[in-house]
Amino acid sequence: MNSTILFRRGRVIDPRNGVDGVRDVLVRDGRVAEVSEAPLSPSGPDVQVVEAAGKLVLPGFIDLHVHLREPGEEGKETVLTGCMAAVAGGFTGVVAMPNTKPVNDSVLVTEYVKAKAREARLCHVYLAGAITKGLQGEEMSEMGALVAAGCVCITDDGRPVMNAGLMRRALQYAQLFDLPVMVHEEDLTLSGKGVMNEGRTSTRLGLTGIPPSAEVAMVARDLVLLEETKGRLHVAHVSCEGSVRLLREAKRQGLRVTAEAAPHHFTLDDEAVGAYDTHARMNPPLRTRRDVEALREALADGTIDAIATDHAPHGVLEKQVEFDKAWNGVVGLETALGLTLALVREGVLSLQRAVALLTDGPAKAFGLPGGHLAAGAPADIVVVEPNAEWTVDSARFFSRSRNTPFHGRRLTGRVAQTWVSGRLVFEDGHIKEHR
Amino acid sequence: MRHLLGIEGLRRADIEALLDRAEAHLQGGPDASHVLRGRVVANLFFEDSTRTRTSFEMAAHALGARVLNWTAAGSSVSKGETLLDTVRNIEATGPVVLVIRHRSSGAPHLVAKHVRCAVVNAGDGTHEHPSQALLDAFTLRRRWGRLDGRTVVIVGDILHSRVARSNLHCLTALGAKVVLCGPPTLLPPGLESLGAEVSTSLDAVLPRADAVMCLRVQTERQTENFFPSAREFSRLFGLNAARAERLKPEALVLHPGPMNRGVEIAPAVADGPRSVILEQVAHGVAVRRAILEEVCR
Repeated sequence: MNSTILFRRGRVIDPRNGVDGVRDVLVRDGRVAEVSEAPLSPSGPDVQVVEAAGKLVLPGFIDLHVHLREPGEEGKETVLTGCMAAVAGGFTGVVAMPNTKPVNDSVLVTEYVKAKAREARLCHVYLAGAITKGLQGEEMSEMGALVAAGCVCITDDGRPVMNAGLMRRALQYAQLFDLPVMVHEEDLTLSGKGVMNEGRTSTRLGLTGIPPSAEVAMVARDLVLLEETKGRLHVAHVSCEGSVRLLREAKRQGLRVTAEAAPHHFTLDDEAVGAYDTHARMNPPLRTRRDVEALREALADGTIDAIATDHAPHGVLEKQVEFDKAWNGVVGLETALGLTLALVREGVLSLQRAVALLTDGPAKAFGLPGGHLAAGAPADIVVVEPNAEWTVDSARFFSRSRNTPFHGRRLTGRVAQTWVSGRLVFEDGHIKEHR
Repeated sequence: MRHLLGIEGLRRADIEALLDRAEAHLQGGPDASHVLRGRVVANLFFEDSTRTRTSFEMAAHALGARVLNWTAAGSSVSKGETLLDTVRNIEATGPVVLVIRHRSSGAPHLVAKHVRCAVVNAGDGTHEHPSQALLDAFTLRRRWGRLDGRTVVIVGDILHSRVARSNLHCLTALGAKVVLCGPPTLLPPGLESLGAEVSTSLDAVLPRADAVMCLRVQTERQTENFFPSAREFSRLFGLNAARAERLKPEALVLHPGPMNRGVEIAPAVADGPRSVILEQVAHGVAVRRAILEEVCR
């Protein structure tokens, strides 16, 4: 496909390359050709012009943590609907977690999801393979085969690797492929039957609590193992102050550790459970206001590298039940931008830092292409109307699921267009094409 | 009020109105046998209960209602039917009130969001047991006249007790001071912020108590390592005869039942002169009549 696209006079923010200002962005054949302060005027019949004055022109967002539910739970989400939700939210790349049915612990499942992603033809779908076979925490998966098939990280996400010896070996072995090991940090003997954060609210509601130590103790363990093995560790969905403190110190020591935080964790505290609202049930659970503040600081100071949604679709059947029987998780792809920009409006993050957390940070954490707009980079671009206000209406999600605690919330900042490899895939509320 | 889901959030005036109404019933006041005549009260017990279910049944009969006694055992719940499907099916048969006992905290709240009839919480998980708290307050009010300035010690497994939570809200709303006492493993965080004083020494707080409420200790908590043994629990937190002697002369002893005699309460204390345990049970019917009347108005 020979095409030239000119994004004219938008405010381009490209944290990796230190760009923040009005620029023209020229795209040719699916790649960024030039970013210019001076107006560009390419000529030819195939030049498409995007008037971006007053808008933000950003590298496409990358979400390191999504559950696409296919294969196995297509009623909740498919690779196609997940990709639709992604591009609607400005994400041009997502990393799909392996806890599907069957688990992605084999080339077969990796290839299957890749094929579905090719069919969807909307955004880049990167695969995470399982650390252990069947996520059972007993035997290592064939990491070499998974990497060869295209997996970009390994994780047993949804479950911790409780066996410390096995975790140590995984960190060592993954170094063969310079593979990040992503960890869901939860000591199951501490979280027990807990269904929300342990604290005043759980006491009041009579719900079993999960103490922060369930997460912090495992972060501590894995940082000790990391220091010893010199592998690469990525801590998923950090939820509390104690974890942040440990990560900050580990980074100061120069360990190869990265971390992500989810919009629900840096926006809501455990009082969002309200009168047993199962949409506020997730794992790790919503913590206290103090933890929320700690996450915000960590996003600002670089302790946390990436904003990742932990997009976890569930149907009504899993949520319209007693709180202690409800499944964990919220959908996040279509609300992430607005919730991130709220931190900018509140003065927590600079706009540049917010963009970095959605682009450069995640790309670097997993060594993914994209996440920036230098010449030669893939033309994964999102055009944002920064001041457009809208109200979250879960009925209008492209995701097949509706489980969000943010239904009805006013957000500022809307995705106008999403371009993947120079192809317009989403514009003004509509998926452009997926065939 | 449309539903009675918990005591939390009720105003003192709401609570006193219910207690006044219960008092009128207890005094044999105006004939109330027509209040719910021809209507159906559905008792939905997803968890076993003797006194609460019986008490609601007696109260409903006294108001002229017919009672549907439903229990989870032998129902479609065992076939995997969801809570909402079960209650919607029962609602479709026409009751005016659903009285719900469930082992999940918040289950009555979920139901209340999805049905049109009134919902009364008859005990949900480890959250609240509002009718129990009202009858406890009623029992104390009958003895004392007012609760203002009184100190009530609730001792035992606070963490898992819906009775403790409801009583905390109810007694403090009526002006009493509530001391929650137990081993640190059974005292969840944040109790002070809910208005309680917290103690880990029963001996230290007993002399101040105008009433002591012992909670049932479930022996399976021992295997979950909340305490080392029933014997040790009893030694530290049981209301035995020697401890009862150190109480103020007029102090009362309560227990929501069922009791583990010899564990959290000694038989001599449970049956002794301070005990109002059977009064509690008797008052339960009058209080539940007041509740059913209120939500059916």
